[in-house]
Amino acid sequence: MKKLKLAIIPTGSCSGCDTSLVDAGETFVKALEYLDIVYWPIAMDLKVDSLLKAESIDILIVHGSIRTEEHEHLVKEAAKKAKYIVAYGSCTCFGGIPGLANLFFRDELLKKVYIETFSTVNPEEKIPGVTCEDERLKIPKLREWIHPLDEIVDVDLYVPGCPPPGEIVEKFLETIIAHAERGEPLPEKGTVLAGLKTVCDECPREKPDKIVVKKFVRISEAKEIDEKKCLLAQGIICMGPATRSGCDARCLKVNMPCRGCMGPSPEVVDMGAKLISMISSIVYADKEREVGEERLKKVVEEIVDPAGYFYRFTLPGSILGRTRRRRDKE
Amino acid sequence: MAVRERVGVFVCHCGRNIAATVDVKKVVEEISKHPYVVHAEDYKYMCSDPGQKLIYDAIKSKKLTAVVVAACSPTMHEETFRKVCEEAGLNRYKCEIANIREQCSWVHTDIEKATEKAIRIIRGAIEKVVKNRPLHKIELDIVRKCLVIGGGIAGIQAALDIANAGIPVILVEKSPTIGGHMAQLSETFPTLDCSQCILTPKMVEVARHPLIKLYTCSEVIEVSGYVGNFRVKILKRPRYVDEYKCTMCGDCADVCPVLVLNEFDRGLSLRKAIYIPFPQAVPAAYVIDPESCLGFNPIKCGKCKDVCEQEAIDFDMKEEIIEEEVGAIIVATGYGLYPKEKIGEYGYGRYEDVIDSLEFERLLSSTGPTGGEIRRPSDGKIPKRIAFIQCVGSRDENHLPYCSKICCMYTAKHAMLYKHRVPDGEAYVFYIDIRAAGKGYEEFIKRVQEEYGITYIRGRVSKIYEENGKLIVHGVDTLTGVPVKLEVDMVVLAMGMIPTGSIELAKKLKIPIDQYGFLQEVHPKLRPVESVSDGIYICGCAQGPKDISETVTQASAAASKAISLLTRPKLYREPLVAEVNEEICSGCGVCASICPYSAIEIVEGVARVNEILCAGCGTCSAACPSGAMQLRNIEDKTVLRMIKSMLG
Repeated sequence: MKKLKLAIIPTGSCSGCDTSLVDAGETFVKALEYLDIVYWPIAMDLKVDSLLKAESIDILIVHGSIRTEEHEHLVKEAAKKAKYIVAYGSCTCFGGIPGLANLFFRDELLKKVYIETFSTVNPEEKIPGVTCEDERLKIPKLREWIHPLDEIVDVDLYVPGCPPPGEIVEKFLETIIAHAERGEPLPEKGTVLAGLKTVCDECPREKPDKIVVKKFVRISEAKEIDEKKCLLAQGIICMGPATRSGCDARCLKVNMPCRGCMGPSPEVVDMGAKLISMISSIVYADKEREVGEERLKKVVEEIVDPAGYFYRFTLPGSILGRTRRRRDKE
Repeated sequence: MAVRERVGVFVCHCGRNIAATVDVKKVVEEISKHPYVVHAEDYKYMCSDPGQKLIYDAIKSKKLTAVVVAACSPTMHEETFRKVCEEAGLNRYKCEIANIREQCSWVHTDIEKATEKAIRIIRGAIEKVVKNRPLHKIELDIVRKCLVIGGGIAGIQAALDIANAGIPVILVEKSPTIGGHMAQLSETFPTLDCSQCILTPKMVEVARHPLIKLYTCSEVIEVSGYVGNFRVKILKRPRYVDEYKCTMCGDCADVCPVLVLNEFDRGLSLRKAIYIPFPQAVPAAYVIDPESCLGFNPIKCGKCKDVCEQEAIDFDMKEEIIEEEVGAIIVATGYGLYPKEKIGEYGYGRYEDVIDSLEFERLLSSTGPTGGEIRRPSDGKIPKRIAFIQCVGSRDENHLPYCSKICCMYTAKHAMLYKHRVPDGEAYVFYIDIRAAGKGYEEFIKRVQEEYGITYIRGRVSKIYEENGKLIVHGVDTLTGVPVKLEVDMVVLAMGMIPTGSIELAKKLKIPIDQYGFLQEVHPKLRPVESVSDGIYICGCAQGPKDISETVTQASAAASKAISLLTRPKLYREPLVAEVNEEICSGCGVCASICPYSAIEIVEGVARVNEILCAGCGTCSAACPSGAMQLRNIEDKTVLRMIKSMLG
């Protein structure tokens, strides 16, 4: 049996995605029988050279945000010889949580993180991208912006989630096994390994006839939560209605609102914009006119960190995110 | 895409309207290079017959699959061009208008930039038209019945017109009789026809008409459905007298021990607790006023029931809720007078002899409390000096900013009729302007001023007070600049008109009202009797102050609109409504929560759009967080493509 050559490149990653693969347990072990791991720094003692010198790669998995020039370089090099590229996890699929850094310019970020924060002592004001004195250590330069993987290289398959939920990882590994074992084709280019519907479809909570919100509360501040009822209807912002299904609404099942890690449904281009449109629509939906602009504005203004909330995982790939990057170029 | 689209672009010069600012030739040249475009040409007037023929011929000869006409606003000629396309065998929705007149040539001066913009607008329209799906109009059945709300002259006229066309009518009136304010009037300007004499035959016709079902003491409490298929709930309050058994003998009223103020006479006379509003009331039956009647406690009273030979009186009658289905609705809820109490400086309520215009009408009326003689309320004496004040409440920033339109005329009539009754009396009219625009109106005013010698004083009255049994009217004559102090026996206030009941009703009907509460027409000039809701028409003073002739005209107009709707074999609706992608929709319910037309419900976890209720406003589509809800032919992705093609 000819094994498939697999390379896993973690970029700006929390390693949660690595864990999710291992977490698949027996399926993962079974999959390993068909895989020849070319590169996977967290699990194997293989250096970058083994990736760069590999003749070919059958499946390339990238997880984490494309944050530094090194990330970009590695991914581009590997992609040249990869037959099938998988964007694994929300960072590669849409930009992910690190993508929120795109709300700031690179120089602002670096200044904040390496110089200005309260706990930082950096009298020489050194920031990454500056070669150290003895020239042995070179820190890769931070890229100006974070991009979703498909803006760097051609992506074949998207496995969303932060990290991808067990059911989906399982499905992903089964697909690989079926391909290696029986020659079944891998999913066609552009496939997203998730449901077509949204989290609401899997959510067991009761939906009211009408969702009308008069005040938004954060889950941590909510005095009382009805454990059976729709969280959104209780004024807790839940991304469920806008987020792809496939996770089995696991957050909702433990009284946490959906954060939207599975990304937008297939018909949506800009998830954050859609969420903002939805949230603003349901504020006093039954008597918008009577309440008046000012009051409506107040309700919405009480939402803490709306950009972080609504674009939590999708800023770099959104229309808003792309526009900002383009403006910067001009 | 299965079929490669073949788009034809037709650029109109619109004389010089477009061609003066947009280089039409260059537009054609540039747009010809567009990958979808297989034909492009320009013409002086695309909407003309030869212009339309160009489109027709090109569709045929070049086998076009879609057409873009770059011309004026789609509100002007979209229908024209879509018809041409249909005639040539295309689906009407495969024709789009690129508005390069209102949105381009008319608002720009720089030819080069305007030309560039026109090209971009056309590029956007091409993106849309190639994505447009061929659609067919939605077919609807019609309930051939009309609801008329309000039984004043407007409602009566509309009901009769419709019923006479052979369409059943349900006429709902809040009070115990139809007739409205017109029944209270004495004579009408400018012809001095007796108001009741011309009204009551129509009332009788309503009562006898086999196609008119009349509900008095009734109100519309709920309306659902849509054009052609409305469901209405009518609350019918008990009359306590069987209108079919009552013979109007009046024995009941004779024995009734209760006396209360008669609202038909505006409180200038008394009536019993069982009464008829006026002798010619329709339906011709007595009615019990439950507020004042003692008979609901059988120990206290029950005299009327005892004497009624017909056994028409029934204290146990209950409220009923009647459900009706109708295809069209006419709203004719009429007007009321601005509350006089709000104008404290004129002393209404403090001085008995300060009365309003409708009270004066009752004094003038031969069926009124004085039998038509003018006697003042305080002591029954004939007032020898009388002052009429116009624009009370109207044209006043603190009260009603608008003109009530009819007060100039009826005040002139009042003054004239006063002189008929009291030839040696003196009448004064305070006015701001005389507005007598109408057939024979100006002549009427002139007659009053010249033949009858009524003194017209141009100016507002500042206050009225009583002194030695006389009313002192303080004002200023703004023509001479001299303050005026008049001693009179009686004052008549020409109160401004306000809408009644239209505000609550408009909410139920989901039709808009203006800032004053009058019903809002779609277009003041071209669609004056239509509301924005299809199948709901408005007429009479509920729409704005107007006189009887104008009210009748409008009522007939509303009726003819209703008739033309209800006599169509089928109704057709634009299919450009919201559509759910059931593969994506997860039934979160956001759309159903915000739909202004209640057109969406969640059925088995998926949103369902009622295509007939849906107005295609797009609110749901904007709010839908999953993108499952899309407007047909204006899907989000199409809009994005259009934007890209225009900005790119």
